[in-house]
Amino acid sequence: MQVHKYDVVIVGAGGAGMRAAIESGQRARTAVLTKIYPTRSHTGAAQGGMCAALANVEEDNWEWHTFDTIKGGDYLVDQDAAEVMAKEAIDAVLDLEKMGLPFNRTPEGKIDQRRFGGHTRDHGKAPVRRACYAADRTGHMILQTLYQNCVKHNVEFYNEFYALDLLLVDEDATREDGSSYTQKRVAGVVSYELATGEIHVFQAKSVVFATGGAGKVFKTTSNAHTLTGDGMAIAYRAGLPLEDMEFVQFHPTGLAGLGILLSEAARGEGGILRNADGERFMERYAPTIKDLAPRDIVARSMAEEVRQGRGCGPNKDYVLLDLTHLEPAHIDAKLPDITEFARTYLGVEPYTEPVPVFPTCHYFMGGIPTTVKGEVLQDNDTIVPGLFAAGEVACVSVHGSNRLGTNSLLDINVFGRRAGIFAAEYAHDAEFVELPENGEARVVEQIESLRSATGTEKVAALRSRLQEVMDADMQVFRTEESIRRALAEIEDLRERYLNISVQDKGKRFNLDLLEGMELGYLLDIAEAMTLAALGRKESRGGHYREDYPDRDDANFMAHTMIYRDETAEMEGVKGIRFETKPVVVTRYQPMERKY
Amino acid sequence: MSTVNETAEPASKVELNQSGDGAGAVESFDIILKVRRYVPETSEESYWDEWKLTMYGTDRVLDALHKVKWEHDGSLTFRRSCAHGICGSDAMRINGRNRLACKTLLKDLDLSKPITVEAIKGLPVEKDLIVDMEPFFQSYREIMPFLVTSGHEPTRERYQSQKDREIYDDTTKCILCAACTSSCPVFWTDGQYFGPAAIVNAHRFIFDSRDEAGDMRLEILNDKEGVWRCRTTFNCSEACPRGIQVTKAIAEVKQAILARSF
Repeated sequence: MQVHKYDVVIVGAGGAGMRAAIESGQRARTAVLTKIYPTRSHTGAAQGGMCAALANVEEDNWEWHTFDTIKGGDYLVDQDAAEVMAKEAIDAVLDLEKMGLPFNRTPEGKIDQRRFGGHTRDHGKAPVRRACYAADRTGHMILQTLYQNCVKHNVEFYNEFYALDLLLVDEDATREDGSSYTQKRVAGVVSYELATGEIHVFQAKSVVFATGGAGKVFKTTSNAHTLTGDGMAIAYRAGLPLEDMEFVQFHPTGLAGLGILLSEAARGEGGILRNADGERFMERYAPTIKDLAPRDIVARSMAEEVRQGRGCGPNKDYVLLDLTHLEPAHIDAKLPDITEFARTYLGVEPYTEPVPVFPTCHYFMGGIPTTVKGEVLQDNDTIVPGLFAAGEVACVSVHGSNRLGTNSLLDINVFGRRAGIFAAEYAHDAEFVELPENGEARVVEQIESLRSATGTEKVAALRSRLQEVMDADMQVFRTEESIRRALAEIEDLRERYLNISVQDKGKRFNLDLLEGMELGYLLDIAEAMTLAALGRKESRGGHYREDYPDRDDANFMAHTMIYRDETAEMEGVKGIRFETKPVVVTRYQPMERKY
Repeated sequence: MSTVNETAEPASKVELNQSGDGAGAVESFDIILKVRRYVPETSEESYWDEWKLTMYGTDRVLDALHKVKWEHDGSLTFRRSCAHGICGSDAMRINGRNRLACKTLLKDLDLSKPITVEAIKGLPVEKDLIVDMEPFFQSYREIMPFLVTSGHEPTRERYQSQKDREIYDDTTKCILCAACTSSCPVFWTDGQYFGPAAIVNAHRFIFDSRDEAGDMRLEILNDKEGVWRCRTTFNCSEACPRGIQVTKAIAEVKQAILARSF
């Protein structure tokens, strides 16, 4: 075992982690741990753009962007946080440009902007051109640009180091009102080096979690194989809450049967969705902004068309994304990658044929609760000093119950930057928290027992069963019955998980072993999601309950907070505690959400 | 400020032009997958392992590797992440050619023969299909792969004309998968050579109108291990999964060095 000491340790090297590292690295001694090479991170898969009210091509302002974000999130957005994001969006884009990002340009040479779902002029009057973009590889260019700047600033990376535990220390503390509570403090991170199998303990004054989402709980997903909810599950196991885990975004246009993302920019540039009758069905569901309605609405409308028998193909199980009315030159200039995906993976020529698409699991709105400074919360109001989170792993909450397209690339830049700055500032004034004795023991035990296990269950079989169950019962339509069915299956899989074994017993690059660890995270996340979904007996944003089809502000205008707690029980599942947290409302009272 | 590029509102209803099969058709076929294994913990020698697998319509080489790992032999080791050709993790030699496993459809290969999969060449193999990427990233870091400017930063964005933006568009697509560099015969015999990927990334900045360190990068690439080692075999351009015209980019860098005549 090796022990390292840094002021700031950042876990994850996607957009949020590297944006944090650029800030923190220039202020404090910083290390970045990442389970894959930084340029492999899934930020690179983002396509369409990053919204900011630059008003480069038409009138716009950050207040409209704030409103759209809040309405898009079906009023579960913390409005103070949305305001910070929309305001700082402008500098976030300009910073990236100054770092070298090759944005597409207007004829005058300014950063060009295009339309995106749910982003509107003057509170919903019409779609607005707000998304700054680099063809349909904006995420790729952001990831590359951030990595380039990390190279420029000599950021220290530990590549292919898996974080497997977060070391928190409990202290007795007293509140201002005299009541006592347990204050958690961060001491460091336990990590596993892929190349050697060695355990490394990183002691740090500040730790930033930027580990991304958990899309691999579903079978049909736009997410990378590596997105297994590691950071969320590690924090949850360490006794921290997870917020709003029932809200998962299904991106409307995944390549049918494969889930590979086709950017909403396809619709921003004029593409439309059609059913088997050739009908532009979004005219019925969102008469004003049609195909550019927010993703939850479009995804549900697509699934509804298929349920009513208007799906396409031999099994009538998808709809079509039609680009055939667009000029091929326009498609080549603005959407080169996604049209190539259609050609490569489905053999469809988008110039002349519509592309088969169906919703694909895309994004977790929920995650580790944080303040607008990225500070992690251990309950509704108490921060964990020195612990930060940013990006998809975090829940600020700027996305509420449904994230608008492009707001994730914005989120990672705005809150990644903030987390990096505040983590470094905290480390400047703080002392190291002493590492707990044998802090690595839990991880060593897990790893060694998994390596030597002789159980009969296979990781891949359990994982694919989980993914099938989640696709069947936790997708865009949910009912009490379907959620309970998923939960029962998850509990069964958790039992079976205790009896797994792996074939690779070696130390070098043992990805077999790590897939076993990752399955454990997926099961924890799936359980938290289903329990949160059971608790929310209303429909809001990405969480649609057919048995409770309306939003219910009187009873459910609150964030869900799920805790691991040995003394509690929820819906028959032992060890889980369920609470709520108020939504921050500043200037926008909830209204009916129509487009 | 008027809106630009307005397209006409598309029809509410159309007759569909659809071939009909699309994603629904599922054909299955059998393949033989041969993988060159190397597990230094058990043996210093590499060896070939093979499996007969039943695969389906849109399956890629990555799906076949996963099928082996998940159903037959969990110790088979390879890198992968996004699985659709944008993260650059799974460059490997497939039937003797460098490709991304996630972008190579099985049905596009000759299935009458075994499909061979090996680690990319020229970088030290660590285990099975995993190579040490450090030398590759080292070359990348040496060409100053970041925008260099001087003077005060503008309050707003730097302007760049669409024409100037277009000049280096192709080389911004690089995903650092190493398919090009590890397909280069010069790189195989001389590990010190910067290699195509580093030159592509230098090109991306040298031809960016906003950048001011082009001369420094050209000087770096004028080195004996720089662009002049390129023998224009075009392997790199053929290998690039992003369709970057790598050899053309290298030629443009060579011309730029000559034009500035050090």
